[in-house]
Amino acid sequence: MTFAVGDLFLILPELLVITAACIVLVLDPVLRPSDKDGLVWLSLGTLAICMGLTASQMSAPVEAFSGLVVIDPYGAFWKLLLYFVTGLTILLSHSYLKEERLYFGEYYGFVLLALAGMMVMVSAADLLTIYLGTELMSLSLYVMAGLKRSEPRSLEASAKYFVLGAFSSGILLYGISLLYGATGSTRLPAIATAISGRSLDDPLLLFATILLAVGFGFKLAVVPFHMWTPDVYEGAPTSVTAFMAVASKAASFGAFLRVFIEGLGGLKANWSAIFLLLCLATLVLGNVVALVQTNIKRMLAYSSIAHAGYALIGVVAAGRLANSSGISSVLLYLALYTFMTFGAFAIVAMLRKDGIEGNEIEDFTGLSKRHPVAALLMLIFMVSLAGIPPTAGFIGKFYVFMSAVEAGMTWLAVIALIFAAVSAYYYLRLVMVMYMREPSDVTDSAPQLVMSPTLSIVLACAVAGVVIFGLYPNPLVQLAMQAVLTLR
Amino acid sequence: MTHSFPWLTALIILPLIGAAAVFFVRDASARLVALAVAVADLLISLPLWWLFDASSGNMQFMESALWISSPPIHYRLGLDGISLPLVLMTTVLMPLCILISWHSIESRVRSFMAMLLIMEGAMIGVFSALDFVLFYVFWEAMLIPMYLLIGVWGGPNRLYAAIKFFLYTLAGSVLLLVAILVLYFQGGHTFDILQLSQGSYSKALQFWLFLAFFAAFAVKVPMFPFHTWLPDAHVEAPTAGSVILASILLKMGTYGFVRFSLPMLPDASQAFTPLMVVLSIIAIIYGAYMALAQADLKKLIAYSSVSHMGFVTLGLFMFNIQGIEGAVMQMVNHGITTGGLFLCVGVIYERTHSRQIADNIGLTKPMPRYATFLVIFSLSSLGLPGTNSFVGEFMVLIGTFLWSKIATAFASLGIILAAAYLLWMVQRVAFGVPAPHMLPKLRDVNLREMVTLVPLVLLIFMIGLFPNPILTRMHPSVEKVIGRFLPPAVEQVSTVSQGLHSDAGFTSTEAEAKQP
Repeated sequence: MTFAVGDLFLILPELLVITAACIVLVLDPVLRPSDKDGLVWLSLGTLAICMGLTASQMSAPVEAFSGLVVIDPYGAFWKLLLYFVTGLTILLSHSYLKEERLYFGEYYGFVLLALAGMMVMVSAADLLTIYLGTELMSLSLYVMAGLKRSEPRSLEASAKYFVLGAFSSGILLYGISLLYGATGSTRLPAIATAISGRSLDDPLLLFATILLAVGFGFKLAVVPFHMWTPDVYEGAPTSVTAFMAVASKAASFGAFLRVFIEGLGGLKANWSAIFLLLCLATLVLGNVVALVQTNIKRMLAYSSIAHAGYALIGVVAAGRLANSSGISSVLLYLALYTFMTFGAFAIVAMLRKDGIEGNEIEDFTGLSKRHPVAALLMLIFMVSLAGIPPTAGFIGKFYVFMSAVEAGMTWLAVIALIFAAVSAYYYLRLVMVMYMREPSDVTDSAPQLVMSPTLSIVLACAVAGVVIFGLYPNPLVQLAMQAVLTLR
Repeated sequence: MTHSFPWLTALIILPLIGAAAVFFVRDASARLVALAVAVADLLISLPLWWLFDASSGNMQFMESALWISSPPIHYRLGLDGISLPLVLMTTVLMPLCILISWHSIESRVRSFMAMLLIMEGAMIGVFSALDFVLFYVFWEAMLIPMYLLIGVWGGPNRLYAAIKFFLYTLAGSVLLLVAILVLYFQGGHTFDILQLSQGSYSKALQFWLFLAFFAAFAVKVPMFPFHTWLPDAHVEAPTAGSVILASILLKMGTYGFVRFSLPMLPDASQAFTPLMVVLSIIAIIYGAYMALAQADLKKLIAYSSVSHMGFVTLGLFMFNIQGIEGAVMQMVNHGITTGGLFLCVGVIYERTHSRQIADNIGLTKPMPRYATFLVIFSLSSLGLPGTNSFVGEFMVLIGTFLWSKIATAFASLGIILAAAYLLWMVQRVAFGVPAPHMLPKLRDVNLREMVTLVPLVLLIFMIGLFPNPILTRMHPSVEKVIGRFLPPAVEQVSTVSQGLHSDAGFTSTEAEAKQP
């Protein structure tokens, strides 16, 4: 193994993000409170530079550090998505932390560190590198989930997330070690070569596949490994919840797809059966349990579980298709999911009822009278989450279902679509509360939305994504299709 | 498509721009802006009636642009003799819907007008889309505005009615999406409706696709037994919402049958004919009986819609020229007549705030003009010769007669029952003795309401007395649909050179469409 200085240039975005994280952590204690906004702009500036750098890496795949890392369009796609989400998170947090009186300079440092972990996850070509990235991401998120130190729910969320996260990391590591035992390598290409000659029934390989599926299942929050999700999403500060629901899910899908397509592609028949079961369980449970939620964050948590189920349809289809349309549909789905979910969480974060954060669905009562624009935006996000055209959510579902039909699993598309109709019920319930219900009496205070310039930017980005990609998805579709071409 | 003005895009875009524009004006002017937009849309649509080449059954005013490159999804629009009358019906009815809501909608006027205009754009889109995905987008896009129309501006039980409408229609149409995707992979990787209408698919595939189409279209029509959302939605919706629902939205279901089920799945359509006929006749008779029992005017008209739409679905599945032309004719007629009836209910509800027949009796004395309108619309609805519905229902019955005399006998019962429930309703509402405390409220129809109702009355008699302009325009298009049901001997010949023919047919369609 040789060390080439040139490789450092390939991971320049990662290095920049980590450097920025360190600068933020170091400068925070020495800066006066009035100057701390500078840290926000520093973080955003870093993201902008990284975005430019990564956009220039959309060409052929290049291996770095003897194959531990691969810089390819696939990773670049996820990274661009992650920069975008992180940027939105920082902007949202800027308003949210002030409103909640949470002053932690480390916050932005941890956001950037989590981002660095995610970037490593999506561009790693070695299981141990992926594991490193996962841990960097998870450890940062554990801390962020517990930031509301005065609130028991936040601490509970953090502790629960940590225990279950550590548990799942252990399972992931166990799977990696078994796979190493079976194939003699942790490099994905080497694993693929070793597997190609082996029988599908090899118990060691099968066991390793299952453990990896379980490990990633926790990170993706698919049923039955979803138990932590509602509690953590509910307890964590809402800006962190949005970050987890979108960025951590996207990065986990990025790493997960690369491992199973590039590394375990030879075992497609095995894992697509496993994921089919997980997918069905996720669709059913996620959508049905979301129906009875009264807390908006828990409802969105179950909705995000259900959406992971829709994305899994693409994965299952990818396991049965010779072409890459299944994988690209997953990329597209996650990208479009980003806009609507983040937008919804952004509104939840800034909704105030009697001065405190309004987390109950009932707290949205009569929002359309008080804040017609915010209610309209929430309506658009809900419609998009329900997958009704002409919004981004429909486009995402369209491609996922198309890959399922192409793979000959029309019945899966039918089941998923029926549950999409079920999901419309709980998304529309929020619309109903906002538009069709009046606050019960005069003493009942109307919900308030704390507006700020940064929140406006966040909401504008989210709604623009939902509407523009709903009406003209072509550029994003092309990008997703090109991104998976080099995935072997 | 360089030949002419993009008529259809203009028709779709204008209301959508209008919907955005009303948010920038005050509530008071929102009504005017919305009305101006709807009237402008009507004026744009009128020339189409004369520009349309009645001798051709091909798509006209075609527009095509690539929307999504992979899979190839096009923004492709066009009209033939079946969709042209429906588009015009939509543009005629929308200004009336806005006029009737002038005073009855007092809260959130801008949003209300925006919803109406969005609906207009989406409905014209449904009738003119020639790409299956585009069609589906328009088809689904109107769910949310309609949901809000019922849920925000509706009656006391509006929440229940709104979500019921939404879930019923959504559950039906998700299966349509799967069917569209399956057709894409089985029908030569295209979403082009014209191309898909010329393919031939295996019987087993047609069977499943028919069921999926049926789920979407039958809920929308609504056919028995999927009709239960309709009375709720009609009763709770504001007047404009009821008019749109009854006159235009229901037609999307039957339009779906004639545009997709019949030409794409001819074998399955024929196999399912007995079922469709039985369901249609049940709808005709059951709807009429339910209408007889109603004490609420809107519910009465809602059930009469179920009954009348039974005639449409019956005519469609006769596969002969009389049946299908009568059915399409009846789609337009039902839109005009039932729209008129709902407008009448809206007018009286504005005055007495009750839709109960018992509260609105004896209106002839205090409101003579109103009673005249009510009687005309009722007579048209029961199919009096000289009015529009007579033409449509008569043609449907002739078509049915050619297929089965027994079915015709049962279907005719519907006409008798229609006379019973409508005349009984008219007798009570028009010719009773009004309650004295109601009298001060019973002002006769004012100028604005006259403007709303008169166009429909004119249309009733124009179509009733001179149906030919519509019939000649739809004739070649209907023949094209029937061409898919040729007797086996002729079918054999055409299958030999199927590829050649269908290719040639398709290109000539486009070539002819290019010529104005």
